[in-house]
Amino acid sequence: MAVLQATIGLEIHVQLTTRSKLFSTAANHPDAPNRNAAYVDQGLPGTLPVLNQEAVRLAVRLGLALGARVCRRSEFARKNYFYPDLPKGYQISQYDHPVLQGGALCIRDVQGQALQVTLERTHLEEDAGKSVHHQAYSAIDLNRAGTPLLEIVTEPCLHHAADAAACMRKLHALVRYLEVSTANMEQGELRCDANISVAAPGATRLGARTEIKNLNSFRFVERAIEYEFHRHTEILEAGGTVTRETRLYDSGQQQTRPMRSKETEADYRYFPDPDLPPLILSAEYIAAIQSTMPELPDARCSRYLEQYGLTPGEAETLVADRPLAEYFEAAAAVGDARTCAHWITGALTALLKRHTATLDECRIAPGKLGALVALIRRGVISGKVARQVLETMWDSGADAETIIAREGLTQLSDVQELETLVAQVLQECPEQVEQYRQGRTQVLAFLMGRIMQRSRGQANPARTSALLKQQLSA
Amino acid sequence: MIGSGTLAELSAALQHGETSSRALTEHCLARCRQLNPVYNCLISMDETAAYAQAERADRLLQVGQAGPLTGLPILHKDIFCSGRTTCGSRMLEHFVAPYEATVVRLLTAAGMVTLGKTNMDEFAMGSSTETSYFGPALNPWNSGCVPGGSSGGSAAAVACRMAPVATGSDTGGSIRQPAALCGVTGIKPTYGRISRHGMIAFASSLDQAGILSLDARDAALLLNALCGGDPQDSTALDRTAEDFGARLEAPLAGLRIGVPAEYGMDEPMAALMEDALQVFVEQGARRVDICLPQTALALAAYQVISSAECSSNLARFDGVRYGHRCNNPADIDSLYRRSRSEGFGRETRRRIMLGTFVLSAGYHDAFYVRAQKVRARILQDYTVAFAAADLILTPVTPGPAFALGTRLDDPVAMYLSDIYTVPVNLAGLPAIAAPAGFMNGLPIGLQLIGPHFSEALLLNAVHRYQLATDWHRQMPPEPD
Repeated sequence: MAVLQATIGLEIHVQLTTRSKLFSTAANHPDAPNRNAAYVDQGLPGTLPVLNQEAVRLAVRLGLALGARVCRRSEFARKNYFYPDLPKGYQISQYDHPVLQGGALCIRDVQGQALQVTLERTHLEEDAGKSVHHQAYSAIDLNRAGTPLLEIVTEPCLHHAADAAACMRKLHALVRYLEVSTANMEQGELRCDANISVAAPGATRLGARTEIKNLNSFRFVERAIEYEFHRHTEILEAGGTVTRETRLYDSGQQQTRPMRSKETEADYRYFPDPDLPPLILSAEYIAAIQSTMPELPDARCSRYLEQYGLTPGEAETLVADRPLAEYFEAAAAVGDARTCAHWITGALTALLKRHTATLDECRIAPGKLGALVALIRRGVISGKVARQVLETMWDSGADAETIIAREGLTQLSDVQELETLVAQVLQECPEQVEQYRQGRTQVLAFLMGRIMQRSRGQANPARTSALLKQQLSA
Repeated sequence: MIGSGTLAELSAALQHGETSSRALTEHCLARCRQLNPVYNCLISMDETAAYAQAERADRLLQVGQAGPLTGLPILHKDIFCSGRTTCGSRMLEHFVAPYEATVVRLLTAAGMVTLGKTNMDEFAMGSSTETSYFGPALNPWNSGCVPGGSSGGSAAAVACRMAPVATGSDTGGSIRQPAALCGVTGIKPTYGRISRHGMIAFASSLDQAGILSLDARDAALLLNALCGGDPQDSTALDRTAEDFGARLEAPLAGLRIGVPAEYGMDEPMAALMEDALQVFVEQGARRVDICLPQTALALAAYQVISSAECSSNLARFDGVRYGHRCNNPADIDSLYRRSRSEGFGRETRRRIMLGTFVLSAGYHDAFYVRAQKVRARILQDYTVAFAAADLILTPVTPGPAFALGTRLDDPVAMYLSDIYTVPVNLAGLPAIAAPAGFMNGLPIGLQLIGPHFSEALLLNAVHRYQLATDWHRQMPPEPD
């Protein structure tokens, strides 16, 4: 049998960061059970949905960023089914006429090549509540009921689990960048269902499809699809047939298993919701949102390569986090851009992590980091000293120059002083000098270490190294 | 005068200090207590609340801060959320709404005194008030007959002067038909004119709140308070406020009244309608012949669309959060099945089943989609007709009130009696029913249908008609 290939499509749910629910005035955030459930969310008789315009704005914003067609007329529909945490007995969604059509996400595939993940459609819908099962009873929390979601449906155009995960990563970065969603995956604010089928490449008919529900981490997306691909492949290679079904990923066991199977295929009896007029978006409305669009991540990334000469890795890291990119640009206005990028993605990020702080809470202003970088570039301090200075900047809030002056950390670059220092150390270590002369050049590192120790890290490393070699070979 | 006065008359009496809201309220409540055991018009009464509202109204009247509706008593159909709200169903027998429907809120804010809530067909599904879990309301003109429905409790209560006015809702004729069968005036405004917020949904794209009153002038008074947009109802239309009373007296000279060729009638209904037309002609109107060719399809389209929407609207009554819940369910499916089977009556269950069927895969296009196409063509019919006519005149029903129990087991016959009213809802048009004579000692009604937002013209035409006739002043006999 030929090598088999997976065909993967994703249905991605993005929770929109609005103040209130999609159809009610209740707050759109978690709280004590049922505290954020308005009468509309409870499905009380006589209550009617009223569309949250902010959710529409966010949908259009994401649509423009994805290059989707923003539909001038879309429609809400009822998806009817019974479930205890579905208060109205139907979910308000969009069916025949979604708010966005088409669009694409550009990712880097497993081979590192650019890959366009084309999108079929994106629609607005409300989330259901949450059932909490106890031994003797189940409890229902309707805080999540009515939470605004965007469901993005990709074309079945992916073939590798890693590409599916890359697609999720890219979208995660984009929705955060656009402030459409906080996309906290552990909270389920970004999650996806993966549809997968397996067949020989180029086969005219795809294999039977299975759907893996509710994947809420990049790793789970990749592992679940990988597992499912192997499961299909084994069945097919053994001459069996794959059953079309919905499965759950068990992250503990790292495998998928069938969900409780329903006796019959669900019939949701969709029809247009008579409580909501069609959603009409004027060209002016769409243009007004277009005019507020920030520079998009891909464009920003290219600009970083060209304008600042950053490496693709650094550029992507910075752009993935819009505040970080903005921080970088502010720092790069003061210090050398490439060194700033290096320090921001390295030392500063590490520092934030260590203090479990977000960039908002960063105690070093970007201009001050730029100034620190400028001091390194001018050779006033070494990189090593700069790390200490950075720590002190965090702790004291002072700027680099003040700290360096106060603590006398200026880099030692004076040749005479350095020569004395090197001579002293060589005198203290006759053994190592002897070893060096016998050809064991590794001791150089040891000697450099001693010199740095003596200089409290202030010795200019390049000059010291040159002087050291010079004296040893004298 | 207190006993049979119109709102306008009572309002004047209040403003001139000839009576008080408390006196009016006392009188109406006494009448409710006396007649409700006979006609079963009411599901709930709250006398304490009514007196409190009356006293507040009297204070406003004393200090000259009263509006035209301050202190006037009203009954609300039990489909509008306010306090205990049953919708005529066991499902909501003990349901107390934690909020007020916009209709109730607006009229209370205007100073009206709520006496109680009126009986109705369960979830407004019916044309006789016989599907109410609380037993049928009876027709004050003949207690062996139905009052019509679904707003039968409201119509009967106004007819026997329990209150001078009552609210109703109309999905396929539920205001106009009982108004006609009880000899009162009933207006169903344009779809979206009055907020549906807090009016328990039957078929959302057809449901419209309206008024059952003693005459057109009173209906205009209430519409002034009720019409307008509502931030809690996206389908309520926010138009510039209109004074529906301003044009009441305008002469009807040149008014073109369309008579549909398709609406053939038996005698004596044909003669009664001819008489009605004659009254308008004497006022200067002229008859034009029009066609409404899709009428024959209207009932089927209505059944499909209203059932489809009802099956979805009533899904929320699942026994989980409120409403009737069965005892000791074995599991969640049995909780649903038993709570809904016990909580809903036969007619409601029938429509839920029908609606679920017409929306289901494989039938959706043949029924639901096709019904929507018919609906669009019916609207088109009216658009063409209104190019030739200003208003359309029809009967409200094929005949007068029928005997209790005679159609309950024949749903199709029951549905057929809605033939004149149903197309109006499909097109979202305003229409008004007014008393136009008697047949076998029972009132019958005329219906005028107008283009969207023509309520002022409809009220004007009926007001002029009522100046020339006294059908609307006839009162049913007092019970033995």
